[in-house]
Amino acid sequence: MTLDFLIYKIILVLIVFSITLLVATYSTYAERKIAAFLQDRIGPDRAGPFGILQPLADAVKMFMKEEIIPNVSNKALFVLGPGICMLTACMTGVIIPWGKTINIGGTDYPLQIADVNIGILYLFGVLSLGVYGIMIGGWASNNKYSLLGAIRASSQMISYEVAMGISIIALVMTTGTLSTAEIAAQQHGWHWNVLIQPLGCLIFIICAFAETNRAPFDLPECETELVGGYHTEYSSMKLGLFLFSEYINMFISSAVIATFYFGGYNMPLIGRWVHDPNALAILGIVFLFMKIVGFIFFFMWVRWTLPRFRYDQLMNLGWKILIPLSILNLVLTGAWMMRHEIMVYFVK
Amino acid sequence: MLLAVQSTPLDFLPIALMFVVALGFVVIMLFLTHQLGPKKKSKVKLETFECGIEVQGNARLPFSIKYFLVAILFVLFDVEVIFMYPWAVNFKQLGLIGFVEMLTFVGFLLVGFYYILKKGALKWE
Repeated sequence: MTLDFLIYKIILVLIVFSITLLVATYSTYAERKIAAFLQDRIGPDRAGPFGILQPLADAVKMFMKEEIIPNVSNKALFVLGPGICMLTACMTGVIIPWGKTINIGGTDYPLQIADVNIGILYLFGVLSLGVYGIMIGGWASNNKYSLLGAIRASSQMISYEVAMGISIIALVMTTGTLSTAEIAAQQHGWHWNVLIQPLGCLIFIICAFAETNRAPFDLPECETELVGGYHTEYSSMKLGLFLFSEYINMFISSAVIATFYFGGYNMPLIGRWVHDPNALAILGIVFLFMKIVGFIFFFMWVRWTLPRFRYDQLMNLGWKILIPLSILNLVLTGAWMMRHEIMVYFVK
Repeated sequence: MLLAVQSTPLDFLPIALMFVVALGFVVIMLFLTHQLGPKKKSKVKLETFECGIEVQGNARLPFSIKYFLVAILFVLFDVEVIFMYPWAVNFKQLGLIGFVEMLTFVGFLLVGFYYILKKGALKWE
């Protein structure tokens, strides 16, 4: 622990934070462009070439809008809601290993903000805190639509968290660690976890959709029934923070899926051509971001393709299908890993 | 812990750094919009939205008990999931005995799960 270390960590935190914001901002642009592409429209094209400055224009608009706090709402909680949402969304990014270590002047610098041995536990802890932001915001609005949206959101998020947790346990069994850095490092070459845990991966991705409140699980903000859901009463940047945290969550979810199941920063065969460790580390970041962008596209593709679930369908899928399936996955994984011991027991 | 990497409290320091940065960002954002936007309040504008009609009563109404049931069941199941984490990390070391023990645990879990299904706790009309 030196001053160098601290300065390096501060720089890394700032870089990761700005990249998170940048990706989230441009996800809004990408979403509109992809929606336009899938519906055979042009999409935003006025601000800058191909509308590439659209997110900036949106941000300025958000800043300059009037801030309205309804007079029957709980003022402090009303402001706290989007704050918590944004805060928890940003906090999950710290355990993602963005790449291997980079060697500068003989010292190895890990490209991960916090390499803790309980990374997965931390991730789930912070993820469940995200419910509070939505719940507090929806309740504090003192609006019927907001309340219904908030209750739906929290009910849905906690339901899918169980299945997500069990599917991750199967992954922890095969990897034997809770550290995200180690999980990523274990997947070198072709040892991607998706090949070992295909069912767990599928469950995890479905739950990630539900956790981020993305379509087809976007019932909390289902505009045909609930106006705007939990952010009906919000305006100006507070609304912006809610929407923004959704895109950050989507980015982080994509990063988590890529890290846990799709090799993280690893790419098969690349070690044959590139030998310099620093170049490999930088290429690793590029590969990880390629995977992340792929998953973000997948999130958007699904949103503009599938219709929304009904609430009972959503609950049935979560409790009656995903939880039993994830438990089955857990038991099968255990049985497969213990197959030699079980054989020995019966042969003897 | 058998195989786990040792972590020192120092490893958690960057998380605090990230917290400070994110908190600063959120506070600055909220403060700036508060200063920048126009402020032309009127009584009607500050009413809560109810599709254009006058607001009927308070929004803190009783809501469906199902949501509460889901929350209770979540607490039950999530606690059991938390129990599995240390077991899953040491799965290879615990061997067959550990596996059988956890099968029993999961078995009990499934019995409870079957019970709440049959009771109709998860039945949404």
